[in-house]
Amino acid sequence: MTAGRLLSAFGRFWWEFIVGDTPELAVGVALVVVAAWGLAAASVPIGAALLPVALLLLLTASVWRGRRPR
Amino acid sequence: MTATLLVGLAVFGACAVEMVEALTIVLAAGLTRGWRSALEGSAVAVLVLAAVVAALGPTLIHLVPISVLRVVVGSLLLVLGLQWLRKAILRASGHKPKHDEDAIYQREVARLSGLPRPATGRDATGFVIAFKGVLLEGTEVVMIVLTLGLSSGRLEVAALGAAAAVLVVGVVGALVARQLSEVPENALKLGVGLMLVTFGTFWAGEGVGVSWPGADLFLLGLLALYAASTWVLVTYLGRQTFRPKAMA
Repeated sequence: MTAGRLLSAFGRFWWEFIVGDTPELAVGVALVVVAAWGLAAASVPIGAALLPVALLLLLTASVWRGRRPR
Repeated sequence: MTATLLVGLAVFGACAVEMVEALTIVLAAGLTRGWRSALEGSAVAVLVLAAVVAALGPTLIHLVPISVLRVVVGSLLLVLGLQWLRKAILRASGHKPKHDEDAIYQREVARLSGLPRPATGRDATGFVIAFKGVLLEGTEVVMIVLTLGLSSGRLEVAALGAAAAVLVVGVVGALVARQLSEVPENALKLGVGLMLVTFGTFWAGEGVGVSWPGADLFLLGLLALYAASTWVLVTYLGRQTFRPKAMA
């Protein structure tokens, strides 16, 4: 196996591991963490509430997308 | 104390779930290709995984600042935990078929029985199938051991939790052999998903500078919040699945 193919397989593994069939979760988590960081850096005191609430909304949206259509 | 207990439980549960999946493959390989090659393949894979934890764990602790580690690790735990939780909620509410270990076992046995076997010596197919099965399922466990262990500063607790799960599932699996479908895999996945999301929220938050009221005790509050929300989602989606159609 060449180094290129090894690198490509390594990249594919991580892509599948982190993104897989739920890209909304990977992108959503990144956005939520960056938003919490921004609020904490600006000393806005809603950081502690924002993270869990935003993550619950993200989970609900992702579950809703994955449900079987009636 | 709270965090240590939760770390140990989370790693034990995660490792148990992945071990059940790996065991299905190892049992199929052992029964069709011979136990020697299947057990050797599994043992080599476990050694490789343990070596990765031993090599990466201390290195990452010394090279990467703890706040950076917590943001990266917390975010990884969140993605992984939310993926597990989503899958478990959809399965528990009937929107996704449950993982059927018996069906996977029968499929693997049928596939492996058809392949030619060497007349003497080690069976390379059995070795490789068992090795790959344990290595692939174990990679996720390594990620969880490293992320939970490093962020909490309790790598040894995480490693012990994983080792205990390997031992327990290995012994139980050897005793019940083909009744892996009896293991409440989805319930385990749901519980572990809840804990991963709880720790992910806590450490990603600490990493970006959020101060949690009550410090470590806030973990229990987060766990309760996520558990209650999961229950609401499973109940609501479950009703949606089984609601009878209106008469025309």
